[in-house]
Amino acid sequence: MTKDRIDRRFAALKAENRAGFVAYVMAGDPDAATALEILKGLPAAGADLIELGFPFSDPMAEGPTIQRASQRALAGKMTLNGTLDLARAFREGDQDTPLILMGYLNPLVNKGFDVFAKDAAQAGVDGLIVVDCPPEEADPLSDALEAEGISLIRLASPTTDEKRLPAVVRRTSGFVYYVSVAGVTGVKEADADAVAPAVERLRAAAQLPVAVGFGIRTAERAAEVARVADAAVVGSALVDEIESAGKLNENVTQKVLSKASELAKAVRSARQDTV
Amino acid sequence: MNAPAKPNDWSAYPDAKGRFGEFGGLYVAETLMPLVLELDKAYQEAKNDPAFQAELRGYLTHYVGRPSPLYFAERLTRHFGGAKIYFKREELNHTGAHKINNCMGQILLAQRMGKTRIIAETGAGQHGVASATVSARFGLPCIVYMGAVDVARQKPNVFRMNLLGAEVRPVTSGAATLKDAMNEAMRDWVTNVEDTYYLIGTAAGPHPYPAMVRDFQAVIGNETREQIQELEGRLPDAVVACVGGGSNAIGMFHPFLADESVKIYGVEASGHGLDTDKHAASLTGGRPGVLHGNRTYLLQDDDGQILDAHSISAGLDYPGIGPEHSFLHDIGRAQYLTCTDDEALKAFQLCAELEGIIPALESAHAIAKLPQLAKEIGEGGVIVMCLSGRGDKDIFTVADALGRSI
Repeated sequence: MTKDRIDRRFAALKAENRAGFVAYVMAGDPDAATALEILKGLPAAGADLIELGFPFSDPMAEGPTIQRASQRALAGKMTLNGTLDLARAFREGDQDTPLILMGYLNPLVNKGFDVFAKDAAQAGVDGLIVVDCPPEEADPLSDALEAEGISLIRLASPTTDEKRLPAVVRRTSGFVYYVSVAGVTGVKEADADAVAPAVERLRAAAQLPVAVGFGIRTAERAAEVARVADAAVVGSALVDEIESAGKLNENVTQKVLSKASELAKAVRSARQDTV
Repeated sequence: MNAPAKPNDWSAYPDAKGRFGEFGGLYVAETLMPLVLELDKAYQEAKNDPAFQAELRGYLTHYVGRPSPLYFAERLTRHFGGAKIYFKREELNHTGAHKINNCMGQILLAQRMGKTRIIAETGAGQHGVASATVSARFGLPCIVYMGAVDVARQKPNVFRMNLLGAEVRPVTSGAATLKDAMNEAMRDWVTNVEDTYYLIGTAAGPHPYPAMVRDFQAVIGNETREQIQELEGRLPDAVVACVGGGSNAIGMFHPFLADESVKIYGVEASGHGLDTDKHAASLTGGRPGVLHGNRTYLLQDDDGQILDAHSISAGLDYPGIGPEHSFLHDIGRAQYLTCTDDEALKAFQLCAELEGIIPALESAHAIAKLPQLAKEIGEGGVIVMCLSGRGDKDIFTVADALGRSI
C-alpha cells in the first residue's frame, strides 16, 4: 500500500526529532523535462516529501505565483495524465520519498475517480490533496483512493472550528495539512505563535502528523514552523525561483534546488537551535 | 441517456446537501466552508422571518419599483404570427435589469449578518452596478471584480459603479472575463473571512447561493403568475428567458415548475456557433464537472480544464450554468435552445424598431427564439418572455458589430 511510504517517512522524522521539509512544485513548470529534473533533484536537496501540483485553469485558492505556474504548465500542454507520467518517471529512481499530488477537483472528475486512483497508484503516488473538495463532498473520492491505498490528505484552516474538526479529519490518513493563513497561497505570512496551538489541536483530533503550509516563504519562517509542526510546506517561494530563473536566463533546476536546500537546512536544524 | 424521474415536489430542491439531483453541492476550500455553512444558516433564518420578508418587500416596492409590468408586445406578436407574446419588464427596475432583485435581498442579509464589506463579480456590469447601488444605499464599501476584457467593452457600467462609490478591480488572469472575476472574488473572500460578504450575482456558486439567488429572483415568476391571470385569465403556455448563469431564468421558471401545462424554455448563447469553439452554451455543448463551488454543466476540454466561453453579450459569457438548470435540463422539465451572436443582434434591432424597447443583448437571445416558439405554440397561445435588462449598456458593442462608429 503506497500510503505506507508517508507513514514510514514521518516515523523516521520523529525518530530523528525533526520536522520534515515538504517541497511543492507544479508539474510542467516551466516545462515537463525541467520539472522532472527538479523533481529528481529535490530529495538530495533535502525535501522529505514532495507535493506535485497538477495544473487547473481556475485555481481559486492560489496566489499570483502559483496561478502563473499553472498557466505556464497549461501553455506547455501539461495535463493530469502528463502529471502522472512525471510521477512515474520520478518513482522509477526514488522508492522512498512520498509523493503527493495537489490540485483541483474538476480534472479528477473528468478522468473518473476510480481510473485516476488506479493510475496514480501505479505511478507511485502516495497521497492526494484537493483544494476544492471539502469533507462533505469527499466520500466518492475517498472510496476510490482507499481502494488503491492512496491517502486523501485533508486540509484544516484557521476558520475550522471545534465543531467541524471531527468531520475534517474523518477518513484521512498520512498526515493533515494545516493551511496556516486565511487566504490564498504565497501571499500572507503565517504567524508562528498562532500556528503552535492549532497544530496541537489538529494532532490531537487526527492522531496524525501535521504539515503546515500556505504562509511560509522564508528560511526563518520555515524554521519557526518546523519547531512546532511535523512538517513545513513551501511552494510559492520555490516557484518564484523557477519564474525568476526563467526571466534571467539562469539554470532553473539549479536555482530551485539551491533554494530548496536552504529551506531544508533551516527546517532540519530548527529544533537544534532551540535546545 | 435515461432521464431521471420528474419530481413531484419542487420545493424539495435543493436537498439538505444543497443538491438538485446530482448537481449543486458545496465545493469550496476548507477556509470558506464554515462561512458558507454560516451563510446557509443565516439565510434560512431570514427566509423564515416575516420581518425580513416585509423589509425586503418594502425596498422592492419603493426603491426597485416593483412590481414590474407585464406588457403585451403587440407589434412583435403580429410580426411573428402565432401565440401572443408578453414581456416581463425587468428592464424597468431601478438600475435597468433583474439583478437588483437579488442584490436587495442579499444586502439585507449581509447587514443582518453584521458584515461590513461587500465584494461582487460582474460580467456585463449589471450585477456590479446593482451591487454598487445597494452598497451605496446601505453605506457599505463595495469592491467589484470584473474581467479586464469586460471592463473594456462595458465602460459605461464601469463608470456607473465608480459614481456609486464602488471600486472596480480589473482581473487580467485567464480569459479576463466573468469566470476569472469570480475566481478573484473567491480569492478575496478567502483572504477576508471576518468582515466580507460575497454578493454572488447569479444562481450558481456553492450552496446556498443557487437556492438563495433563485428565491430572491422568484419575484419575477410569482408576479408573472398573478399578472397573466389578470390579463388572460389563465397561465401562459410557455415562459422563456436567456440563460448565462441563469438567475433571471430560474426566477421566471421556478414558480411555474409544478404547472405541467407551462412549457419552459431557456436560451443559451451559441456565440459564433456550436460547431466553433466560440460559444457559451454549457448545457448544449458542455459536460458535468465542478467549478466555482458547484457541480454543473461546464465547457471543458479533454483534461477537465475550463474553456473560455464566448458571447457577444458579456452577461452570458460564462462557461458554466446554475446547477438547477443542469437538473431541469437532465430531467427534461425545461428545454434549452441556443442563439448565435448574429441572431441576437437582429432580435436586438427588431425589438427596438417594433416595440420601442432597446433590450439588453442578453435578453435579445430570448427574443430571437420567439418567432419559432410563437409558431410552435400557435394562435390563441400565450408566451411570457423575461426581458431581463435594458440595452443602453450595449449600444457601443452593437454599433461596433454593425460597423458604425458612435
